[in-house]
Amino acid sequence: MTGRARDDEGADAVDEAEQLIEVDGVEKVFTVRRRAGRLRRVREEVRAVDGISFRVARGEMVGYIGPNGAGKSTTIKMLTGILVPSGGRLRVAGIDPAQQRTRLARRIGVVFGQRTTLWWDLPLKDSYELVRRMYRIPDAAYRAHLERCVELLDLAPLLDVPVRQLSLGQRMRGDIAAALLPDPEVLYLDEPTIGLDVVSKAKVRGFLREVNAERGTTVLLTTHDLTDIEQLCRRVMVIDHGRLVYDGGLDGLRAAGGGERTLVVDLERELPPIEGVPGARTVRVDGPRQWLAFPASQSAAPLVAAVAAGYPLVDLSVREPDIESLIAELYAGGGMRADAAGAGGKDGRAL
Amino acid sequence: MASGRPGVLRDRAAEVAQGVSAYGLIVRMWVRSSLAYRTSFVMMACGNFAANALDFVAIMLMFSQIDALGGFSLPEVAFLYGTSGIALGLADLLLGSIEGLGRRVRDGTLDTLLLRPAPVFAQIAADRFALRRLGRITQALLVLGWSLPRIEVDWTVGRVLMLPLMAVCGTAIFGAVFTAGAAFQFWAQDAAEVQNSFTYGGNAMLQYPPTVFAKELVRGVTFLVPLAFVNWLPALRLLGRPDPLGLPGWVDFLGPAVAALMCAGAGLAWRWGLRSYRSTGS
Repeated sequence: MTGRARDDEGADAVDEAEQLIEVDGVEKVFTVRRRAGRLRRVREEVRAVDGISFRVARGEMVGYIGPNGAGKSTTIKMLTGILVPSGGRLRVAGIDPAQQRTRLARRIGVVFGQRTTLWWDLPLKDSYELVRRMYRIPDAAYRAHLERCVELLDLAPLLDVPVRQLSLGQRMRGDIAAALLPDPEVLYLDEPTIGLDVVSKAKVRGFLREVNAERGTTVLLTTHDLTDIEQLCRRVMVIDHGRLVYDGGLDGLRAAGGGERTLVVDLERELPPIEGVPGARTVRVDGPRQWLAFPASQSAAPLVAAVAAGYPLVDLSVREPDIESLIAELYAGGGMRADAAGAGGKDGRAL
Repeated sequence: MASGRPGVLRDRAAEVAQGVSAYGLIVRMWVRSSLAYRTSFVMMACGNFAANALDFVAIMLMFSQIDALGGFSLPEVAFLYGTSGIALGLADLLLGSIEGLGRRVRDGTLDTLLLRPAPVFAQIAADRFALRRLGRITQALLVLGWSLPRIEVDWTVGRVLMLPLMAVCGTAIFGAVFTAGAAFQFWAQDAAEVQNSFTYGGNAMLQYPPTVFAKELVRGVTFLVPLAFVNWLPALRLLGRPDPLGLPGWVDFLGPAVAALMCAGAGLAWRWGLRSYRSTGS
């Protein structure tokens, strides 16, 4: 194991389990030609993925997040064998994806949220039949897998419907089932809940949890919807500018991002920034409303009492740290802040 | 692999078998998809046939004013027309959709093909397989059938066998051009027109006798992009016509070798293109 800290029981389990995905110092450098002036073109190197390393144990569910263009898709494409890395070492189930793409293809499932692999004009079950034949799935296994997918994803009424008539949520469920029919060891999901309504999202998440628990399928998912991560993944990796900036638990990410809650107070009138409240600092003033940041571990009650004692308080609310803003903070700082490292070091660490 | 060379060959054979099977599976899916709109399918097939039929009617109308074109009679031109049309039609039917590669590279759907346990070439060749393309082949067969009893050829067994051989080699040559053109699209995604000028444009040229074209052009399609081997050179031999370029007689029989070379070249170009795509992702 590397020196990566994770919650204690998790770390032990990981040590014993088989490492299904191994990524060591993997890089992807693209050369782009950019126009400079009328005729001149300059070659420029873009390091889409800049030396990342991580391991994923069999049966883990890992969230892989980062802003657009951070290198998420490039990483997934290298892990699936679509793209050949420029450097570093990559193994998925012991296979080098770039060298043995078709051999690996039988052992992984991929779902791209924004494009379907189902056959538009044919009934849903025909797409599954094609998967069965192309992946040469034995009849008995195919029937069992299909039955289970149909049951968990409520696909029974959809099997005879042409895919073009399915709603977005139904199609996504259909796509996930198609990816799981060959019983892959790893399932990559790229934005699996994008554009889905609340009910469909819940169904998809419930199913992924079920599959992970039942078959021990390893899941790596990229998403912009942090509820996906909250509900599915104990571990989250954050990538930015091609580098892994965080790898650990979601709690640790909260701590790494600052770990502060905010007390919002409405005063009777505009006043200078509130002072003299122990453990809190005023971070923003907007008319009679003021924002006070305080450590997440601290109780809000004494703060409220202190403010109420010294200022004409009208209303108040407490805001929990929002993960999106935490990640934004991680991005902005190019890593976690030193003071937060001490507080959150137990759960995870920025890299 | 420790087994060395035989192991490599076995892998290669397994890959080809995998490709053929994937091709068949995907073709079936597309045929069934097109049958989901039965009326539309029938109308497209008829339209395709009619458009091609009118094409030959234009040549017949021309011959109502003249007796010979570049020294070739109407049945002889029909023979050229039929042989070229069959070769292009078969290549177009079997892997014509490969020209959609640029679109797939642009919108990123090529990646979904790379995720399946089958060679990308087989999958993209079968992409959007359209039975309506049988229209061109049917029409070309009819024109060829009409010409055969009317051309002056002393039919020996060898000469009869030349016909299927021409079809196979011609299909391979056009197929190689389709493939090379598609490989080029890995770099230039909107280059489908360049390839079309060689395939459909080449076909439009091969329908007429080589004697009506400038020598430079004939040289170009003999040595540069050797489309002349699809039908011109073997047809000149069959019809007992002199070669306008004055090449030695044995050149007429190089069709199979040329076809094999072109296929090998196109295969290399395809591999090179795919490798470049997988290292640049665009």
